[in-house]
Amino acid sequence: MVNWANFISQCFNGLVLGALLALISSGLTIIYGTLGVLNLAHGAMFMLGGYAGWVAYTYSGSFLVAVAAGSLFVMLVGIVVERLIIRHFYTRPHEDQLLVTFGLSIVFVEAVRFFFGSLSKMVPPPGPLVGITPLGFMMYPTYRLALLGIVAVALLALYFVLYRTRIGMIVRAGIEDSVMVDSLGIDVYKIFMLVFGIGAMAAGFAGIVNAPVVSIAPDVGEAILVQTFVVVVIGGVGSFPGAILGGLIAGQIISITSMFNPGYAYIMLFVAMTLVLVLRPYGLLGAAGRE
Amino acid sequence: MRSQRPFLVETITAIALILAPFVLPHLGFTPNTINRILVWGLFGLGFDILFGYTGLLSFGQSAFFGTGGMFAAYLLTEAGFGYVMAAVFLGTIVAAIVGYLIGLIALRRTGIYFAMITVAIAEVFFFVEFNPLSAFTGGENGLPGVPRPSIFLGFTTLEFNTDFQVYGFLAFWYFVGLVIALRIVRSPVGAILSAIRDNPQRAAALGHDIHSYKLTAFVVAAAYAGFAGGMLGLMQGFMPPDAFMFETSGQLVMQTAIGGAGTLFGPLVGAAVWLYLSDFFQNTLHLGATWKLVLGIVFVLLVCFLRHGIVGAVIDLYRLVAGRWAETAPGAGVVPPASVPATPPTVAMMPARRRDSDRSSGPILQATGLTKRYGGVVANSDIDFTVNHGELRGIIGPNGAGKSTFFKMLTCEVPPTSGQILFEGKDITGMGVADVCQLGLTKSYQINQLFNRLTVRENLMIAALAETRGKFKLDLFSNPRNSPELTEQVDHAMALVNLASRGDAQVSELAYGEKRRLEIGLALATSPSLLLLDEPLAGMSPAERIETVKLLKSISRGRTMIVIDHDMDALFELAERVTVLQEGRVLVEGTPDEIKGNTKVQEAYLGGVHDVLAAQ
Repeated sequence: MVNWANFISQCFNGLVLGALLALISSGLTIIYGTLGVLNLAHGAMFMLGGYAGWVAYTYSGSFLVAVAAGSLFVMLVGIVVERLIIRHFYTRPHEDQLLVTFGLSIVFVEAVRFFFGSLSKMVPPPGPLVGITPLGFMMYPTYRLALLGIVAVALLALYFVLYRTRIGMIVRAGIEDSVMVDSLGIDVYKIFMLVFGIGAMAAGFAGIVNAPVVSIAPDVGEAILVQTFVVVVIGGVGSFPGAILGGLIAGQIISITSMFNPGYAYIMLFVAMTLVLVLRPYGLLGAAGRE
Repeated sequence: MRSQRPFLVETITAIALILAPFVLPHLGFTPNTINRILVWGLFGLGFDILFGYTGLLSFGQSAFFGTGGMFAAYLLTEAGFGYVMAAVFLGTIVAAIVGYLIGLIALRRTGIYFAMITVAIAEVFFFVEFNPLSAFTGGENGLPGVPRPSIFLGFTTLEFNTDFQVYGFLAFWYFVGLVIALRIVRSPVGAILSAIRDNPQRAAALGHDIHSYKLTAFVVAAAYAGFAGGMLGLMQGFMPPDAFMFETSGQLVMQTAIGGAGTLFGPLVGAAVWLYLSDFFQNTLHLGATWKLVLGIVFVLLVCFLRHGIVGAVIDLYRLVAGRWAETAPGAGVVPPASVPATPPTVAMMPARRRDSDRSSGPILQATGLTKRYGGVVANSDIDFTVNHGELRGIIGPNGAGKSTFFKMLTCEVPPTSGQILFEGKDITGMGVADVCQLGLTKSYQINQLFNRLTVRENLMIAALAETRGKFKLDLFSNPRNSPELTEQVDHAMALVNLASRGDAQVSELAYGEKRRLEIGLALATSPSLLLLDEPLAGMSPAERIETVKLLKSISRGRTMIVIDHDMDALFELAERVTVLQEGRVLVEGTPDEIKGNTKVQEAYLGGVHDVLAAQ
């Protein structure tokens, strides 16, 4: 039943999914690390990216425009939401932050359902990337192969922003000790707004580039959010490398289990999360004491 | 108020439950909606104990709701089990057991980790129900044909077939559930859960096994969820698979937040609002699927602007009105000024715990080679330190000398990098802070660590409960107000720290000096045989300092104490011996007079002023 070609192609699928999860989780984790807010609307941001891209695609017919529109729109949504709502919750208990972002996720999902209905939408891959590429040992959909590259580039870009720019340095310092950054005279609110925007954009970008692979529907974000949480718990909260490692592990677990029985994918994911919690409670690459 | 009219809440609820089916239909509630409100209310009783009282926000309650409901429904349909309520109770037990196992995993972490893990749990259970267990649960079809309950009374059988009859059945069980929940939140366990919500670290430092208490709250919530799930099946005659959906957890969370967490009634009120609005939007305004969007917006606005939900707002309003009324009434409501008596309080001393060991002589605490490194920073280095029974030891040292780190190691808040600590001859190195407190060693904190939403009396009770009940005890149904020894102990502690007139004041209403005294009182109320005080005089006015020094003197009788402070005059007056720490090491140790005259100490504090003077 298990043939090798099938297995390898599932591993590739897992790699693509893992890279995607790594990107989304990075967004979630830098927002949490810097702002201290766990954004339960992060899955909805992924979904919004897909829909914004789809709308842009229907008007322009260009995939590139769709990707740009999807990412920028979600970044804008992130900035507006931070400015209008999240900002007032920094001093409130964690529970209130969870409640309000949970509420926002419902508003986003239902608003999309209101405007676009519950039926799923598809964005086709750009012309040159349609079809199948022979890899010698197997045939693999060209767009998925390209997607791996696209997401890798996005992760590199995020890495560059985090580790090679002034803002990135402040963000990383903020993850270590936000009080200290505040007292150094840096306008943290401006940084917070930007980080929330960038974090949301990571999810939005993932949402639109994934649209040619998995069609979009108002509730696609929910499953993604759950997977993202598992990734972050496995990798360690607030750790960018942890998000990448966790994403790749989760991607493989989901695809390889799905090869045998898709129903068990989540169960295996949960088993992996439990193992990490028991053996390394702060995550594979997380630092102790970061709550 | 509660103690004066013990069954007030229960009575009002009973009356409301009897009147509801006659009143609510006139307000536009359908009988079916009223029944669903009760099921959600039952579900929410347990959730509120977990979220409102313990501060653990779980997004995974659907897992237990579904498990309990499916188990009961399976017994009653596929398995042909004939006893309806027995099936529901079995479902409740299964949900509680599953809750225990899941709690072991989810409670390994707190805060947002806990929230994320519970979200994952909810999703996993949904998939388990749909796939591996679909042979038992009916997969996406659920389990139809759940029988309506009927109770055989010997001479007649009570049938519950119409909505109205089912209401009676559900209302009865809601009332039972409420009475149990009220007992739990009024029990010592309930008090400790609130303490954990306000300040988990301090609750542990006072000797409570907070992990076990959190697990208790988690299991209680799971049991309520399982029971409510069973009721859902009975009410609908069908166990729907969407009981397992993440949306179910989300709806429970939102209803509780709308109604107001921490009141037990919040989830019921929230469910009434939620279900009423959803009926209204769909049936009267014909909004179709948009109703959820509108409710979502309403919810976000409520979280932003009505922080304590509807029930919380009503309570706040009541307090405001009652407060106004008390102010205008002559003579009433005048709070006696928190006067500081000129003499130390003349109350019986709070005895340190009597222990088997010979208390009269010899060392009570011995630390050898105690070292603590934080990365490259050496906070404490190779400290040897011994304190004898009955001693009052002072510790001084410049800022950054490692005094607080030293105290944290002694109370086992942080493990030493190397070295050993013996307390009453027992090796306590590496033990938990709660265990050490149970042995009779605790400290008061440099920065107040109080339970801010509790009253002074409740704060001290949390500390006293640790001593009378031990680390963990499941007295879910006892009432601490009925224990005269406990009341006496709390009263003593309150009088000792001069807060007798402020017993019913919330911590957030206290002045700084009062909070500082309560901080000491908390440590004292655990009846420690060795009490550590980390800068008890910090931030106090000169007058308050004099009073506090008197207080410290009075509590030092019959007890061993170690005091850190920067106020050397006060410390030299208090202590019999003084240890000076500098740069993580013991510089010197001696009587106050020896320390005063010691040139090394003067150099440490004044940076070698003698050399400077000599050079001039």
